[in-house]
Amino acid sequence: MVSGDHSSKQYDAELEQMRSRILQMGGLVESQLKLAMEAFETADVEKADMAIANDRRVNDLQLDLDMMVNHLIARRQPTAGDLRMVMGVAKAITDLERVGDEAAKIARAAKWLKEKASGFRMNRIPDLHQSGEIAARMLHRSLDAFARLDGPAAASIIRDDAGIDDRFRATLRQLITYMMEDPRSISSAIDTIWAAKAIERVGDHAKNIAEHVIFIAHGADVRHASPEEVERAVSQG
Amino acid sequence: MEVTLRAGTTAAGAAPAVPVPSKMSVRSLNFYYGRFHALKNVNLEIAEKRVTAFIGPSGCGKSTLLRVFNRMFELYPEQRAEGEVLMDGEDLIRSRQDVALIRAKIGMVFQKPTPFPMTIYENIAFGVRLFEKLPKAQMDERVEWALRKAALWNEVKDKLGQAGTSLSGGQQQRLCIARSIAVRPDVILFDEPCSALDPISTAKIEELIEELKQDYTVAIVTHNMQQAARVSDYTAYMYLGELMEFGETDQIFIKPRRKETEDYITGRFG
Repeated sequence: MVSGDHSSKQYDAELEQMRSRILQMGGLVESQLKLAMEAFETADVEKADMAIANDRRVNDLQLDLDMMVNHLIARRQPTAGDLRMVMGVAKAITDLERVGDEAAKIARAAKWLKEKASGFRMNRIPDLHQSGEIAARMLHRSLDAFARLDGPAAASIIRDDAGIDDRFRATLRQLITYMMEDPRSISSAIDTIWAAKAIERVGDHAKNIAEHVIFIAHGADVRHASPEEVERAVSQG
Repeated sequence: MEVTLRAGTTAAGAAPAVPVPSKMSVRSLNFYYGRFHALKNVNLEIAEKRVTAFIGPSGCGKSTLLRVFNRMFELYPEQRAEGEVLMDGEDLIRSRQDVALIRAKIGMVFQKPTPFPMTIYENIAFGVRLFEKLPKAQMDERVEWALRKAALWNEVKDKLGQAGTSLSGGQQQRLCIARSIAVRPDVILFDEPCSALDPISTAKIEELIEELKQDYTVAIVTHNMQQAARVSDYTAYMYLGELMEFGETDQIFIKPRRKETEDYITGRFG
């Protein structure tokens, strides 16, 4: 579908450029998230600073891609699969930029925790670690599904989001226990909650990107759909 | 006739029912220019008081289909139509009604404005006189009414005695629309009505089409896909004499069912 073969080769080139640019943005955000998670778990301030600095490059790509989307709509009036691609990219840009913001939040939380050095190893909570891994994997898979416009793969990402939400609640319960046991831990626990919430949001954005993939590939808007409706959408052409 | 509009049966299968009454029904329509088979088993419904657009590459049969609707083909002995075109239940192809009466019910506006070589007033009154004997005052009212409907009144009210051909292209086209409306048709057919017009005149005609559908059933053939997307409620994509896909305009332009439609509307054609 969203392939070349337009009568206008320039149009083909512009769509392809937009597609490869958003995948480039996705790759950048992915490595930023990885860096932020490592900084958080190892209390590495240098990595945290790198993750925070990376945000500017992500923002630049966001502006660049937004301009491409405007250009394509103004000049080409895309329709059908092309229209869905341009709309899907426009929405995915926002999600990716937000993931960049969330990664920067995780990196900042890492720095605060390090500064406090309160002795609580909250950055090692297993549920938090697991949800970080799931979120990173979801993001990777959503970008992969985007690259291949793979609806069934996108549907499986949407299913996985519930796993992160469960672990976020488990992390909260654990942190509340810490805080009740020792009020001195409250400040660190709150920093950790920020990071946990950011991870949970990354999962939401990965899920959103997966939903955009289904819209592009199948023309079905599954944003508020039940799991059965999502399955039905991707099983149709 | 109260029927539920159902998209034509195409190779993609029947589209879901749409709760709009049908004004015209095309059933198993085949059309021949001599031995050339120009329309192949076309089936579709034209929804009442809605705009239906016909798109497709040159030679796909979309103008031919429009011309069958008001029996324009009868002018040429080697052309023939098979199948049915029902309007309010009556088959137009086999109708014994006077062709002029059919055409009064189904007006047509062409690519190039075709004002008669008469005054602006007479351009409108001429057609009306064929069907009705109106006293002068009523005829004046009818002319004004038609010109208002065609959004031309304010521009010509002080020069009704001037030649129709003295108007600009866009005004001439609206004059032709007024002329069609004046005989109170049910259906108005537009065959590339804006292809000879500048963007502002085009926008005025498109605005007019939007208003006309309050009272009339409209079918429009256009090469300009954006125009079809802007003005129509339903879109039919035709190719090599076949109706490839027919559905709601949003569906056709966002998620067409057939790859052939997608290729055409996204510019991947040929």
